Amino acid sequence: MSHYYFLPHQRIDDMLNQLQGDGYKCVAPRHHESEINYDTITKSADLPWGFHDEQAPGHYKVNKSDHKHAFGFVLPTTSVKPMLFKAKENIWKVARNDEGKLAFEPIVEFEKIAVFGVRPCDLRGIEIQDRVFMENSYNDVRYVKRRENQFLIAMNCTKSHSNCFCVALGDAPQADKGFDLAMTEIEGDGFVVEIGSDKGRALLDALDLEAASGGQAQKALAKIAYAVDGQKKTLPPIKEVETKLMANLEHPQWDDVASRCLSCGSCTQVCPTCFCHTERDEPNVLGTETHHTREWDSCFSIDHSYTHGDTYREDPKYRYRQWLTHKFSTWRDQFRTKGCVGCGRCVTWCPVKIDVVDEINAICK
Amino acid sequence: MLYTDDAYTPYEAEIVEFIKEHHDIFTIRLKFTDPELDSKYFFRPGQFNMIYLYGIGEVAISIVNDRNHQQGRFEHTIQVVGRITKGMMKLQTGDKVGIRGPFGTSWPMNEAKGKDVIIVTGGLGNAPLVAATEEVLKNRNQYGKLRVLHGIRSSDLLIYDDMYTRWNNSPETKVYMATSNADPVDNGKWTWGKGYVTNFIPELSVDYANSIVMTVGPEPMMIGVAKAFIAAGVKPENVYVSIERSMKCAIGHCGHCQLGSQFICKDGAVYPYPACEHLLEVKGL
Repeated sequence: MSHYYFLPHQRIDDMLNQLQGDGYKCVAPRHHESEINYDTITKSADLPWGFHDEQAPGHYKVNKSDHKHAFGFVLPTTSVKPMLFKAKENIWKVARNDEGKLAFEPIVEFEKIAVFGVRPCDLRGIEIQDRVFMENSYNDVRYVKRRENQFLIAMNCTKSHSNCFCVALGDAPQADKGFDLAMTEIEGDGFVVEIGSDKGRALLDALDLEAASGGQAQKALAKIAYAVDGQKKTLPPIKEVETKLMANLEHPQWDDVASRCLSCGSCTQVCPTCFCHTERDEPNVLGTETHHTREWDSCFSIDHSYTHGDTYREDPKYRYRQWLTHKFSTWRDQFRTKGCVGCGRCVTWCPVKIDVVDEINAICK
Repeated sequence: MLYTDDAYTPYEAEIVEFIKEHHDIFTIRLKFTDPELDSKYFFRPGQFNMIYLYGIGEVAISIVNDRNHQQGRFEHTIQVVGRITKGMMKLQTGDKVGIRGPFGTSWPMNEAKGKDVIIVTGGLGNAPLVAATEEVLKNRNQYGKLRVLHGIRSSDLLIYDDMYTRWNNSPETKVYMATSNADPVDNGKWTWGKGYVTNFIPELSVDYANSIVMTVGPEPMMIGVAKAFIAAGVKPENVYVSIERSMKCAIGHCGHCQLGSQFICKDGAVYPYPACEHLLEVKGL
């Protein structure tokens, strides 16, 4: 029996219907105005057929062509992160009665979501965030519930954009774990499908798909190899990067990058692994109830390091250094993994075109 | 830690006593309103709670041991610094707040057994070390000499005055207090010393090679204290400090208290000095 199955383009709707019948809301990359980003879909026609993206430092553009592919673009503008760790949400509320008694109540909202088309880098982003929110001393019950109710269909890369650097990190644009199904698109034809879990097998069984032919499987692997070859960025081995960054905390490059960095925090907002957040109260005007919110924060904001009247990282140099050394060094100490997946979004969305790979190379050479 | 379902949501606690210590420093004594929580709640010296004020937010504050050693009560001494602590200054007996905790590492009370114990604090750094001091006094025969050194800017800033007198009158215990302000404003009532806490090192009459130092104060002070006592003969691994950083979650999720490889909320706040020396000495880390 083959390891690989084949889902023709014409049968995408069968898969979506099956998932919807199982109670999942289907989410996939969609073309909307000038970007491709995750949104709810109900049918195959909602996918971004024929669209592809151009990404370069500080540059993002979507174009349309006659190609017969649904995943001809490389990467949606945001990762899967906002579906699990929301940009802003109420995490608990407290009611106050006339006597001042406080009744606290956690708010835990989740739904069944099937993500159709997760790039391998974003899949690794989920794995990294799992270590923060569900494989840590304390778990976030909201994140755990959402992960338990998630169906992940990985989409291997068939090309790379110019900011991609997963290969330089020692990874590959091919899903290796953490998925229910993994697919590779063959243009004008369909998807070669691989099973990664019992949930994934049950879905394929229900669809009664045929095994992929040897030719289709070979074609899929060749497409992935093409995506690997498309990446030109290089980095020293990750262990060397991790050591050298912390050994060079006073390197002149920190001043150099700080002279260009705007401390805007765009890089942290698009990052699949950034988890910093702040919490605040939003009370009603009657004084009877407050919602306590959790909202994404950024280590580039000046308030991030504010402690008891002092700001530890007032100089932007220290904020950039905090971000970079955390991603590429101290993350390992904290979570037994690196903090970057090489998706390149921080490079694409940097308004002053700072390329994190160039900065690392300047410090570690 | 009390929580099984959600580590983010606080539990209701009641102010059983509000003690004004100074014009901007106060102590609240608390108990959980749920008797079951109250009976289960347990903390170690050096740990902290997140205290929630209705409609404003949460703040991380170290736990001061109950000065009367009552079970089921815990105290926090708080200085007005920002919005939340300013609001807390207006709390009264009977008011309700939210509590999550306890969090963080604790003072090395076991490692200190059989050693002379030197407590060195500055400013409001004395609050996180009250519990450790009381622990030594409660188990007096398990520890060597106890020396409590406290530095403040001027004599009018002294809190816990009665407690220091009681400690100073305890067996094998001596309190040394210094104001860095050369001219105290109390018209001669100040009976303690002047200068800096490290000035007392030559007169403590302890065995430095077999002493343990626990210190809390501003970072430059803790670094100075650590270096001075190590120079006097205390083994570096026997010097402990407690580090302060902003905390929103206290459970290692929010990222605010990160210091190099550490999240102060769960890997600290109490550290052996050699484990954090390199982190404290880098500006802006």
